[in-house]
Amino acid sequence: MDAALIWEWVIKSVIILLIMLTGFAYLTFYERKALARIQVRIGPNRAGPGGWLQPVADGIKLIFKEELIPGSAEKVTFILAPIITVVPALVITAVLPWGDTVQIFGRQVSLSLANINVGVLYIMAIASIAVYGIVLAGWSSNNKYATMGGLRASAQMISYELALGTAFALPVLLSGSMSLKDITVAQGGGWWYIFLQPVGFFIFIIAGLAEVNRSPFDLPEAEQELTAGYHTEYSGMKFALFYMGEYIKMIAVSAFAATFFLGGYQGPGVTQYPWLGPLYLFLKIFVLLFWMIWMRATLPRFRYDRLMAFGWKVLFPVSFANLLLTAVVVIIWPQASGLALFVPLMVVNVLVLLLATVLMAAGLGGKKNVA
Amino acid sequence: MRTPVILEDGMSNVTLSAVSLDEIKHLVSDRAIEGETVLLNMGPQHPSTHGVLRLLLELDGETIVNCVPDIGFLHTGVEKNMEAKRYLQAEVMTDRLDYLNTMGNNLVYCLAVEKLVDLDVPPRAQAIRVIMTELQRIASHLVWLATHALDLGAMSVFLYCFRERENILDIMEMVSGQRMMTTYFRPGGLWRDVPVGFEEAVRQFLRLFPARIEQYEDLLTNNPIFIDRTKGIGVLSKEDALAWGLTGPIIRGSGIPYDLRKVQPYSGYEQYDFDVPTREEGDVYARYLVRMEEMRQSLRIIRQALDGLPYGPVRSNNRKFVPPPRSEIGTSMEALIHHFKIWTDGFPAPKNSVFISVESPRGELGVYLEGDGGNKPYRVHFRTPSFVNLQALPMLSKGHLVADLVGIIGSIDIVLGDVDR
Repeated sequence: MDAALIWEWVIKSVIILLIMLTGFAYLTFYERKALARIQVRIGPNRAGPGGWLQPVADGIKLIFKEELIPGSAEKVTFILAPIITVVPALVITAVLPWGDTVQIFGRQVSLSLANINVGVLYIMAIASIAVYGIVLAGWSSNNKYATMGGLRASAQMISYELALGTAFALPVLLSGSMSLKDITVAQGGGWWYIFLQPVGFFIFIIAGLAEVNRSPFDLPEAEQELTAGYHTEYSGMKFALFYMGEYIKMIAVSAFAATFFLGGYQGPGVTQYPWLGPLYLFLKIFVLLFWMIWMRATLPRFRYDRLMAFGWKVLFPVSFANLLLTAVVVIIWPQASGLALFVPLMVVNVLVLLLATVLMAAGLGGKKNVA
Repeated sequence: MRTPVILEDGMSNVTLSAVSLDEIKHLVSDRAIEGETVLLNMGPQHPSTHGVLRLLLELDGETIVNCVPDIGFLHTGVEKNMEAKRYLQAEVMTDRLDYLNTMGNNLVYCLAVEKLVDLDVPPRAQAIRVIMTELQRIASHLVWLATHALDLGAMSVFLYCFRERENILDIMEMVSGQRMMTTYFRPGGLWRDVPVGFEEAVRQFLRLFPARIEQYEDLLTNNPIFIDRTKGIGVLSKEDALAWGLTGPIIRGSGIPYDLRKVQPYSGYEQYDFDVPTREEGDVYARYLVRMEEMRQSLRIIRQALDGLPYGPVRSNNRKFVPPPRSEIGTSMEALIHHFKIWTDGFPAPKNSVFISVESPRGELGVYLEGDGGNKPYRVHFRTPSFVNLQALPMLSKGHLVADLVGIIGSIDIVLGDVDR
């Protein structure tokens, strides 16, 4: 290991951090603008030309806000909680391949920070840490609303982690590797896994929405019910960190959905011009983020117990059956690819969809409301 | 700080801020005293209590064991204030009661004064009153739909509804010069006739709005999450609805076709052809459907009233109670005297009392008005629908989750200005 390699890692880490943090700031702007368009408003347009400096103004405002710590709060945990939330959201993107290898100053540079062979496991592990921040924030605030938000968050995470995990396993099965780079490369022929596993893709993005607490799964911070949920007592930069964590996780989930199911950085002409890779990935993330914003603008919020029922009674069995049947297909035709794989997997998808309709009717149809 | 708490059986004064469980033990179950359930204070500063309603919740997990509404945070003493004002001045106070139904409040007050002093209202004024009250009903229902959907997390509906409400507020500004606090109806008729362009503006709205209702319904009526959140929630039985004296869309959602516009018509509602929508289920979803249909029925009434809008004066000719037109003051001595008398001293009302009620967007809005022979009312009392309907909240919310509670509050459609007065 030479010094140049270490410098390369450091530089790449700094660049990724900068991209994520700027991405966070401009994602808030993007969301506000897109929401405004959907809701026949104009959105932020005062700060800078077309409102482009709005994130900067928001940041400055939050920095100058007073940091309040409630007298009865558990101080150490209270301060630690936002950090626990935001750090995993940042480090999770380390395994993401942004592109293929490019030539910079005569040096072959791979456009990914850490191409580790257990990338998927790494994502699962780190993603689960983030919930601790939310639960601890809710608990340490010593506020009933915050505690309820924290409890909801933990219940939600447990319900959706399994479905998310099984959805992760699909690309692993199809590509035969846990490295995100390999998964991307395996989709190089244009047979993105969304075509082979549309149901898997939908399970992934639904569970992903729940994982990042976005509407309609934004129960832990349901404003109309719990005022602000787990971050009720937070202000200033500590609040901003929660905000940052949520939005960076949005970017991360979109990036992983793009990598696992939409071919990652793959696209026409990317082999000749490797610099197109990050651009393609960015476009895919952009579209997925719009989908998340769109959902927020359109759908009402789930109820706490119904969300759990949906997670356990519908999403989990469906994703598990999907995984099982896909595994059977992969075992029977290990060498199949492209169309030969597409046909049996379509049969699997249709079967799983049928199962989903049955489970929806059975699991959510007969509902109990009054305890 | 002493806070009055409304109980199911009446008023009682209890200190809640002292946090002594002993003092509130008659409000909560024994399990709260033992520490098995959580007491949660919801409001008065809470995004979903539609103003300054405070709820003391006893929760088992997220399930509501007890719900104790606490009102009075918006008490403005409107009724008492009106006793110190002349009949014409007091009308301005009515706008401030239910700020989403200003025209309806004006109407019920004017009807009461007209009944007290026996004053006639010309047909054109009657028709315009109906048009404006029905527009106001739509505006009020739009605010209800907007906030109700927002409480359930559907945020875009909120802005769509306010977009259409803006059209109605424009029409109100056009006729009265004010968007909300209109005071447009006056005893004996209207403040003045509608301006040129009023009819076109209303017709424009009639053309536009049916498609917009479709848009809201597209977003909500068949939305599985919305249905999941509203069906079977907060069920109000027919018997309970009658026993608690509830009125308005909340009981029409329980299958009781009680609408004052039909059962005791006022302001010429008997001339118009419209249906009273009802549903049998009695849940939040049924109330939602009833209110959506009511908006369509209001459109029907407005269309009929506008088509048959008669020509003629908009104010009674009874100069003892209604100021003369400006043009007469320069030429007629009598007109000048009347004008001076009415604007400086008002008019006396006989020693008598009247009660009259109308169908507000929230239910039966009644006013009791007592004159003592002088130019000021001796007593004014409002029977406001929000106040009466809010009583049902503890009954409706018991056993539901906190998330359902905000939906139930929204479906009762309270306005705290109407509750507290």
